[in-house]
Amino acid sequence: MNFSMTPWFDGVLNLVFLVMGINFFISFIRLFKGPSVPDRVVAIAALAVGVIGLYAVATDNPLYIDCALALALVAFLSTVAFAQYLLRRRRSQNE
Amino acid sequence: MNEIVCAACMILGTFFSLIASIGLVRFPDLYLRMAAGTKAGTLGAGLNLLAVAAYYNNIEVTTKVIAAILFFIITAPVGAHMIGRAAYLTGVKLWSKSVRDDLKDHNSQQGIAT
Repeated sequence: MNFSMTPWFDGVLNLVFLVMGINFFISFIRLFKGPSVPDRVVAIAALAVGVIGLYAVATDNPLYIDCALALALVAFLSTVAFAQYLLRRRRSQNE
Repeated sequence: MNEIVCAACMILGTFFSLIASIGLVRFPDLYLRMAAGTKAGTLGAGLNLLAVAAYYNNIEVTTKVIAAILFFIITAPVGAHMIGRAAYLTGVKLWSKSVRDDLKDHNSQQGIAT
């Protein structure tokens, strides 16, 4: 990631990407460990949009912001779909 | 100047994302984890997107960034509420030291109406 003009900004970008990688690693622990399905859904949905924003800065390509919007939409819809799926599965088990 | 603001926003956003992921692992309960992931995660993503707006500093990118942040702020609580409601109704337990459960009486009166 060396598309910017000043060297300290490259350093900041590297640091930020490193910490974001650590964040993903930590929340994937919850994704693997989580005792219930909603735990896993919450662990997936939290972080990805910010990383796409960082990627738009690092590659100097503003088109990535559209990807961030689309990913926010997909994350919201998948959360809603999982909630409906859980409720419907429980209802069919009760009958 | 742009790069200073952008770097500050990126570092703050990454810091809040770190808080969100630590909270996701360390909190004892699904509902507390959801609070950490939703609030701190939204703040982190919003600050990272603000960093993009500060870096490019033109009107198109700023408009898209504002739209993305507004969308994220609107949809994150709705999604968290829906997944938390589904988790409560499917029987995910609260933490043993939780002090308040307003839905318990409601469910026993109405026979868990969904």
